[in-house]
Amino acid sequence: MYQGIRISGFGGQGVISAGVLLAQAGMMEGKEVSFFPAYGAEMRGGTANCSVVVATDQVSTPIVTAPDTAIVLNEPSLAKFEPMVKPGGLLIINTSLVNSKPTRKDIKILNVPCNEIAAELGNAKIMNMVAMGAFAAATGAVTVDAIAKALPKVYKKLKPEVIELNVKALKRGAEFKVN
Amino acid sequence: MAEKKLMKGNEALAEGAIRAGCRFFAGYPITPQNEVPEYMSWRLPQVGGAFVQAESEVSAINMVYGAGATGVRCMTSSSSPGISLKQEGISYAAGADLPIFIGNVMRGGPGLGNIAGAQGDYWQATRGGGHGDYRTFVMAPNCVTELGNFPHKCFEVSFKYRIPSMVLADGILGQMMEPVEFKHPEIDPKTLTEPAWALGKCEGRNKRIVKSYDLKEGGVEIMVNERVQRYKQIEQNEVVYEEQMIEDADIVLVAYGISSRVCVAAMKQAREKGLKVGLLRPITLWPFPKARLIELSKRVKNFLVVEMSLGQMVEDVALAINGRANVHLHAKPGASVITADEVCKTMDKILKKEAKEYAAVK
Repeated sequence: MYQGIRISGFGGQGVISAGVLLAQAGMMEGKEVSFFPAYGAEMRGGTANCSVVVATDQVSTPIVTAPDTAIVLNEPSLAKFEPMVKPGGLLIINTSLVNSKPTRKDIKILNVPCNEIAAELGNAKIMNMVAMGAFAAATGAVTVDAIAKALPKVYKKLKPEVIELNVKALKRGAEFKVN
Repeated sequence: MAEKKLMKGNEALAEGAIRAGCRFFAGYPITPQNEVPEYMSWRLPQVGGAFVQAESEVSAINMVYGAGATGVRCMTSSSSPGISLKQEGISYAAGADLPIFIGNVMRGGPGLGNIAGAQGDYWQATRGGGHGDYRTFVMAPNCVTELGNFPHKCFEVSFKYRIPSMVLADGILGQMMEPVEFKHPEIDPKTLTEPAWALGKCEGRNKRIVKSYDLKEGGVEIMVNERVQRYKQIEQNEVVYEEQMIEDADIVLVAYGISSRVCVAAMKQAREKGLKVGLLRPITLWPFPKARLIELSKRVKNFLVVEMSLGQMVEDVALAINGRANVHLHAKPGASVITADEVCKTMDKILKKEAKEYAAVK
């Protein structure tokens, strides 16, 4: 099993923390994992992205250039990452903020209105967890359960009720199916 | 076995140094190694150590020179352009036989270059970089766990032979997160014996001098020759390398650091297609695994050096092999990432005899 993931969105959407969380969850499930942030000359309000690998074999390079799954949380990310997805791969789109439609026919598309669901649950900050829930359910690379267990390991200062809210967001995301 | 922890390479390097007894760090910020000083700034005070953000790289290395002269385990770190600035201090530390530890998390160069991971500082790290006849002990990790564990070996060698040591990593290793396992027991510096040359309070003993010069005629020659004896011992005792699938290999890939991981993937791809490919990964870049390459070159016909630089380590490989086998080069400068597919294509060309050798059989 090898799952190369690219997560991308505005700085502040929790792109980097979602990536760390996936790696932590994969590690706790006994898999080989790596996380790599696109660090560097990024603008405030600009696009942030990261690579995550969850695999059964040793990870050769942590930089994912042809992702099995791309998770795009804002409009500019769609244009950048849709072309990179492996044929047959998965593209998860946050339809709350992405208005354009994907053009490729050789990949699977999973539309999730992350911001709307987060708003329904009462906290806009947990929109990234909605996307992670959708990812876990669609790929099985990590389980929703493992992500939930990883939450307090990555966010050590999070109150139990906030963790619970994050878990709710994961579960809501997991209800979405590939079109 | 301790629970595995997800850590950034830079953080693992800092934590590994502290676990190896490091209690003084001075540095100046530069991407992609900023997490090293950041980590040191809160972690060192917890263990009774001292952290200084210096006003420049030059002052940081000289602070470490001062700390090293007192016999404490101390460290500085930077990335390529910052390491260039430290070279004078490193040469002085080598000349004064100080066991200081340096981390270089390489980025693209020359000049200001870029902030992505690269391997263009091989020559600087292994050839001295600073002025004069000297060596530094250089280790090249290829994963976060090694970043966390190599400081232990570096301090050990540094203190045993009185030589500056360096971990040569790159921006990818420094920035990536991976599960890390610290394998050595933590060293409490209070349990270490004070070196016989260390400066400090000299009440009740003869005074000691740490210096990198001797103005008497022939004085420096004596100093250098004495040091060379220690270098010879290091070359004899401290070479570290790793091999994979080397026994039946027709082509041996030679790569260090992050490139070696890409080579493992390329090797597996090639093996699936029935090509007999092996890997030699130098872990110490100086001392270089010269003897092992000489031995292998009596049997293996083709070596392919893979590096994220224009071709630096390839010179050491060609020197060791000295015309007994073909040496090829797959080089990528400018902090661009090498892929396993590219390496496989180069191997195909070599086997079809379509590739031009870097150094051919004499």
